Amino acid sequence: MDFLNGLVAFLNFVFVPGLAYGAQLAIGALGVTLIYGILRFSNFAHGDTMAFGTMVTIAFTYLFQNLGLSLGPLPTALLALPFGIAGTALLLLGTDRLIYKFYRQQKAAPVILVIVSMGVMFVMNGIVRFLIGTEDRSFLDGERFIISARAFKEMTGLQEGLAIRTSQGLTVLTAVVVVALLFWFLNKTRTGKSMRAFSDNEDLALLSGINPERVVMVTWLIVACLATIAGVLYGLDKSFKPFTYFQLLLPIFASAIVGGLGNPLGAIAGGFVIAFSEVTITYAWKKVLGYWLPESLAPDSLVQLMSTDYKFAVSFAILIIVLLFRPTGLFKGQSV
Amino acid sequence: MSDNPYQDTRGNKDASIAKQGARGTSEGGDREGRATPAPSGPFLIGENMTGGYGKGPDILHGCTIAVEKGEIAVIVGPNGAGKSTAMKAVFGMLNLRGGSVRLDGEDITALSPQDRVVKGMGFVPQNNNIFTSLTVEENLEMGAFIRRDDFRDTMTQIYDLFPILKEKRFQAAGELSGGQRQQVAVGRALMTQPKVLMLDEPTAGVSPIVMDELFDRIIEVARTGIPILMVEQNARQALEIADHGYVLVQGSNGHTGTGKELLANPEVRASFLGG
Repeated sequence: MDFLNGLVAFLNFVFVPGLAYGAQLAIGALGVTLIYGILRFSNFAHGDTMAFGTMVTIAFTYLFQNLGLSLGPLPTALLALPFGIAGTALLLLGTDRLIYKFYRQQKAAPVILVIVSMGVMFVMNGIVRFLIGTEDRSFLDGERFIISARAFKEMTGLQEGLAIRTSQGLTVLTAVVVVALLFWFLNKTRTGKSMRAFSDNEDLALLSGINPERVVMVTWLIVACLATIAGVLYGLDKSFKPFTYFQLLLPIFASAIVGGLGNPLGAIAGGFVIAFSEVTITYAWKKVLGYWLPESLAPDSLVQLMSTDYKFAVSFAILIIVLLFRPTGLFKGQSV
Repeated sequence: MSDNPYQDTRGNKDASIAKQGARGTSEGGDREGRATPAPSGPFLIGENMTGGYGKGPDILHGCTIAVEKGEIAVIVGPNGAGKSTAMKAVFGMLNLRGGSVRLDGEDITALSPQDRVVKGMGFVPQNNNIFTSLTVEENLEMGAFIRRDDFRDTMTQIYDLFPILKEKRFQAAGELSGGQRQQVAVGRALMTQPKVLMLDEPTAGVSPIVMDELFDRIIEVARTGIPILMVEQNARQALEIADHGYVLVQGSNGHTGTGKELLANPEVRASFLGG
């Protein structure tokens, strides 16, 4: 019984949050890895793109709530999501037209584009803060839990409860659908294959009649979808705050690099590696270990390896370790 | 590399922020001109081509290359003569400063490379001529990218021409041997059913046996009626199968003639064919 209680506590405090966070990072990292694979630079503006998409989604969520539209038990944000994606797509295509296109025509070195994306990041960051403000806001409505801790306790008679929030279930489900769709698109459709071909060999893609500008446009559209979905899921699960999204850049890049930049499968694996490392290292294990260890060994302290304030240090440490010992990432960094 | 400050990498070799490796070097991808009618003349001709890469010095100096229907034309010459550059110029991958390119009665100088593919030109570059991370079949499919009709027949034909490709069609093209890669490269270019095929050193880096086989295949392709314009290191072997030969010297035409004439020309023999 103690073992089961410990297991449930583990699932409740480590596994389920880690899974949801991992899925959010994975979708974010997929966007980063796609841009790296196809446009050949690390897009530092990705976190703020996510913030922008979430902001538009929040605006439409409030609008729909005022109009009395809802999805019943599901959050209204899902209804607003397509509008968020459309808004982000317009922003990204506009940015590309106005800024990145010039550098493409100059055949600028990718490292220049990295710095350009940093400039774009500051501008987007400013736009988001200017429009929606800097404070924390929650836009989750509908049913809060799929299973609440109390319901679980009553059902099983265990001391520990397992709560699964709607946002967590939704995150994992959406991640599975998004990833499946993306892989289907990249591997089975004509446009998807042409994107992989362009990523592999730009000149030869040109010789095959693949229009580079079209590939770039489709890439931005997909990135708009991925960034907005990742941002909205993160916002539903936690809350929306522009600065947090800016900070998300680190774990997202860590995920993409750990998995092998340019490799979509790696981005997903990396997302979960980073998420579970962060959660397990910053979790206070006293409760779980209290159940699992014999009484004589039960810990007195919290058994928290690091305070949650240091969670970014975890992604950073993993990033450095991977870059030192396996610079191509867990999966061999290959083209998209 | 060039004077453009945007192209300066500032020594960055960090693959974790910028993807290294084969970047597009082709120019003219954003060219938006149209073809204009220009009747008469050979089927494909790059006439009086002058130009170089980017803002760099001229590499081609009034170079002319042509191929007629049903013929094989071969470009030979010493290293650095501008053979590959001439091919790229004909395909629009560098911006010409003078001269014109005409195909099938149309002036296509203002067309981008991708538009020339649509016009019926197929090009197999010397390096990086396959998509290494894609499977053999996907390589062929990408070759047929511009085709909206059913291209399964063409694919079958290419598998008949290169049976080894059919065996390996679900394998990544990057895992194949040098000779097999060249077959993928030629197959990819044939997928558009081009009106003219341009090959830049198709036998570079393959063993002599494979080379003979590749030459046989190229002749086989030519027999189907597709004119072939080819750059070749193995000058003697190439000139033997050539209807037309061009010897390039420092970016301009040194000698021109039929393959046999060039083989018999004492000057050409002395300088390029080793006596």
